[in-house]
Amino acid sequence: MASEAAAVAGHAPTEAHEEPNYIAIFVCLAILTGIELLVYAAGLPQIAKVSLLIALAWAKAVLVAMYFMHLAMERPGLWVIALTPVILVTFLCLMLLPDLTSRMWTHYDHRIKVTNPAFEGAHPVAPPPAP
Amino acid sequence: MSEAAVIQSHEHGVPPVDQHEPSLTPDTSGKLGMWTFLAADAMTFGVGIAAYGALRINNINWPEPAQFLGITTTAIMTFILICSSVTMVEALSGIQHGNQTKFRTFMFCTIIGGLLFLGMQAFEWHHLLGEKGMSIKRDLFDATFFILTGFHGCHVFGGVVYNSVLWIRGLMGKLPQRKAHLVEIAGLYWHFVDLVWILIFTFVYLI
Repeated sequence: MASEAAAVAGHAPTEAHEEPNYIAIFVCLAILTGIELLVYAAGLPQIAKVSLLIALAWAKAVLVAMYFMHLAMERPGLWVIALTPVILVTFLCLMLLPDLTSRMWTHYDHRIKVTNPAFEGAHPVAPPPAP
Repeated sequence: MSEAAVIQSHEHGVPPVDQHEPSLTPDTSGKLGMWTFLAADAMTFGVGIAAYGALRINNINWPEPAQFLGITTTAIMTFILICSSVTMVEALSGIQHGNQTKFRTFMFCTIIGGLLFLGMQAFEWHHLLGEKGMSIKRDLFDATFFILTGFHGCHVFGGVVYNSVLWIRGLMGKLPQRKAHLVEIAGLYWHFVDLVWILIFTFVYLI
């Protein structure tokens, strides 16, 4: 066996695991990218579009991590390292949400005009600073 | 682990695992090192994307990305990066099975994929900075766009250099089958770069 030969030659071999079907993973990724573009162009309501696009992006990211990065074949302990940034960044987003969703922002110091024509005449909820 | 010890462990049916290697990645500590680095790097990208979202949400001055950004070009860039991930795993498969020709061919394709991506990004930036009048100093949309895609582009450049070093070592005959773990570790980095781009493509370009 190749890995045994490698071990005898003086270096520990990479852990033996069955090779995934990389072409099938590639096809899945290509199809998911195509669906993303369709969702983008379909003119769906914003909330549906954003939810679908985020779900599709995560599906692609999980496929890459599990099969191209071989996380599915690694020891479960390694998942702790892989999931740590996901948990921490999710926690960061949750901490920011109450502030972000509670008011409409232009620029809170009101020195810069609203430049997006779609929102001309809109008033920010945040109170202007004291003179 | 000494050669004699490895042979002895084989004779007794014990897997040849070096007792000094970490238990999470018993084949090589380098892989554990790369995973730890990638976790730290993922937090940097994660905070960048979270900051992008925080600045964008409920901001009525935020433009529609498609006003400035070319979705078709970027979709092609995404496809190129996914293809280069496939060629990377094929290169790894080649060296793991002792097929140096397969390793060299697919690693070369991976490098070309990275260079194509960088070339298209350079073209996109040139277009945005010139014709579209975007600038990192103009507004938050521009600043976050250039920081996120620029930081990712630096990672792609680093990956191209990393892969090129391995490819050249392969050409010089200095990357035998028993060093396949070096390609696996480089592959982890390259796939991570692909994974991050998948998220950037969605959050910055499509949403």
